Amino acid sequence: MNWIRKRLDEIKEPFQPGNKFEKFAPAVNALDTFLFVPNHTTKKGAHIRDAVDLKRTMITVVLALVPALIFGMWNTGYQYYSQTGEEFGFMDAFIHGAWKIVPMIVVSYGVGLALEFAFAIMRGHEVNEGYLVTGLLIPMIMPVDIPLWMVALSVIFAVLIGKEAFGGTGMNILNPALTARAFAFFAYPTYMSGNEVWVSEAANVDGVSGETILGTLAAGKEVMYESASMFTGMIPGSISETSTLCILAGALLIVLTKVADWRIIVGGFVGAAAMGLLLNALPSMGVEGNALTNFAWYNHLIVGGFAFGVVFMATDPVSAAQTMKGKWIYGILIGLTAILIRTLNPAYPEGIMLSILLMNVFAPTIDHYVVEANVKRRKKRMQTQTVKTA
Amino acid sequence: MSIDVKVKRGLKLNLKGEAEKILVDAPVSKTIAVQPPNFHSIVPKMVVKEGAKLKAGDELFFSKYSEKTRFVSPVSGTLKEIVRGDKRRILQLVISPDEKQEFKEFEKMDPLQADAEKVKEQVFSSGLGAFIMQRPYDVIANAEDTPKAIFVSAVDTAPLSASQEFILKNKINFFQTGLNVLTKLTSGKVYLGVDKESTGEIRHVENVEVVNVQGPHPAGNVGVIVQKINPINLGERVWTVRPEDVTIIGELFETGKFNAERIIAVVGNAAKETKYFKTKIGAEVKSILAEEPENTRIISGNVLTGQKIDYNGYINFLPNELTLIPEGNSYRMFGWLPFKDNHIHSMSKTSLSWLFSKRKYDVNTNLNGEERALVVTGEMEEVMPMDIYPMQLLKACMAGDIEKMESLGIYEVIPEDFALIDYTNTSKIEAQDIIRQGLDLMITEVG
Repeated sequence: MNWIRKRLDEIKEPFQPGNKFEKFAPAVNALDTFLFVPNHTTKKGAHIRDAVDLKRTMITVVLALVPALIFGMWNTGYQYYSQTGEEFGFMDAFIHGAWKIVPMIVVSYGVGLALEFAFAIMRGHEVNEGYLVTGLLIPMIMPVDIPLWMVALSVIFAVLIGKEAFGGTGMNILNPALTARAFAFFAYPTYMSGNEVWVSEAANVDGVSGETILGTLAAGKEVMYESASMFTGMIPGSISETSTLCILAGALLIVLTKVADWRIIVGGFVGAAAMGLLLNALPSMGVEGNALTNFAWYNHLIVGGFAFGVVFMATDPVSAAQTMKGKWIYGILIGLTAILIRTLNPAYPEGIMLSILLMNVFAPTIDHYVVEANVKRRKKRMQTQTVKTA
Repeated sequence: MSIDVKVKRGLKLNLKGEAEKILVDAPVSKTIAVQPPNFHSIVPKMVVKEGAKLKAGDELFFSKYSEKTRFVSPVSGTLKEIVRGDKRRILQLVISPDEKQEFKEFEKMDPLQADAEKVKEQVFSSGLGAFIMQRPYDVIANAEDTPKAIFVSAVDTAPLSASQEFILKNKINFFQTGLNVLTKLTSGKVYLGVDKESTGEIRHVENVEVVNVQGPHPAGNVGVIVQKINPINLGERVWTVRPEDVTIIGELFETGKFNAERIIAVVGNAAKETKYFKTKIGAEVKSILAEEPENTRIISGNVLTGQKIDYNGYINFLPNELTLIPEGNSYRMFGWLPFKDNHIHSMSKTSLSWLFSKRKYDVNTNLNGEERALVVTGEMEEVMPMDIYPMQLLKACMAGDIEKMESLGIYEVIPEDFALIDYTNTSKIEAQDIIRQGLDLMITEVG
């Protein structure tokens, strides 16, 4: 270990302040701090510090994503082989999926981290770890057959417009990963919706149809899957959104470690269930509804991107509401609007992306009103005080 | 009748190196220093020159902006040197003490019988005003003000804090007199925070409202008690005094002498002898620590709020502790892995240290990461028992938005209230420093 440390210090020498490559120090530091927690000591304020840092927090989220990612790789192969009718084993399916997905992850991290490093050098701050999560989330929420250049372009848009334009990590209004998804969706709608993108090779191989459950419902057709498969995730869809089971496993990790706020997740599910129940009740109120509104409320919670969005996207602390009460309101509103958009929007049968982005925009307003209650309490206290003394 | 203050949000931090309840006399310090930077925002105007002969209680300087507040010599001796820094700012007044201590004679007074104006006059002219802190802003109290209440907290919840009950033992009479003095300084009440569990004689004092405090740190911080009982509004003033300084005030009124005796607890996992030492305010660190510890940070005060000082320096004016912890200037491999290095305490559940709640931790000064943008939300609230939105207030301070700071409660907080946020926050931001700068901005803009 000492040997590695010494080598690193030698490598870092030209990047020290006053030396030739001083400007590029953030790039080397970012790599160095992945091996070692630096020897920095406290300068001002408390002399001791907690063991937690942002790297640890972000890596925890990455770990939480792993089950859904592994399942996504396997499911990609499973969907493909089960439709072509070929014989296949677990590894065949997994390798088929990995062959598709690993390049996407490489492109996403490569392009995104290059931009992050460039901005860190340009602005003279250390590289923030936020992109470790964003960079993995982006491929996980894309359709499997999306061209790699489109992934790259979405990443560039998300990092530049979604994040750096607002001042970088911690300042962005919208969740960067969803910004990438929204960019791809609005710029290349034919690749991002319809029947041919959700299962690997569906556009090239005859006999493979890649409709999602929500797409099937929107087209007014019969759904061939049972709730159990929807929950375990053996259904077509974006790469890692399908398995509610794996998503909940990840949720358990980030909720127990308090990296994500449970209020948002619970609020999201409660909101969605409430909206689902309301829509299910429409026929009894004399309104006919459509195939999506009549889809059982509990099924709404386990199909499409809803669970993935609520657990991993809505809980992004930067773009979510920041106060305790605000988080409840924010979560519930996401649940309500996600199902509302999903069922009543004829153009695209999924609502979680738009509902989270919408609530990202409203989060500061929600917080404002929550904080305002505290401010009012303070003002009122002052007034009663003046009345007493007057 | 007593009032209860129960705090839930906070953090009890168990560290190694608590002081044993043994009191020893520290060797007499060769020199004693009064350090004007200890008195935040006071600009000293000297009244004595180098070489002056002083008695304990003789005036050294007064505040340029508030002439009534006088600062006196803690010992009798010769003013050896006035150490100045940049722009001739006075950093230290070094006094070499006489072998036989002489005291200036102040008027003995029974504060309860005496006229309130006269009591106040004596407090500020005899240098006792330096022990009285004002909220808002965490500065020395202004002799022109009459505070709406005075708070004393005899509860020690900070990690490795000195035991107030141990320090006040045998001095309870002076303590009572000191409290009597305080009752004359305010238009309202004097509140005394006492640990709910304690049964000592301290809870039987008179003329004050006893507040039973319960809960993890920062429950014992006087600011928390103020906020729960009588929060500060715009334009109001509250004074706070530390219990051992109340005894100094009481002693002066009873005996007429300014006795700057200070009991210092030496604590921390790098300290060889963790005991209580009896010495004088402003004593040399050398006089308490026999040898210079290696690669160790010496802190005057506790690990959360204290100030780093040099082995050749002097203890600060108010703190009753000297904390020694190892410097953490070493590397640690793969520290970012969750659930690794559980021997380092973490409030976050990404470490397993919460499983060992009884364990006492070794600490060092390593930052355990690097400073980052504010990302994680909700963690600051967990250690902030006041009715304050800490992150929003910090952001308002960073932006220098006075109106927002005011509406979010800047008057109710001082840096020490944000010490645990310093400690726990993931982004390693320096919350106490941000609040101090915010308060300084308020002083210049609002006053």
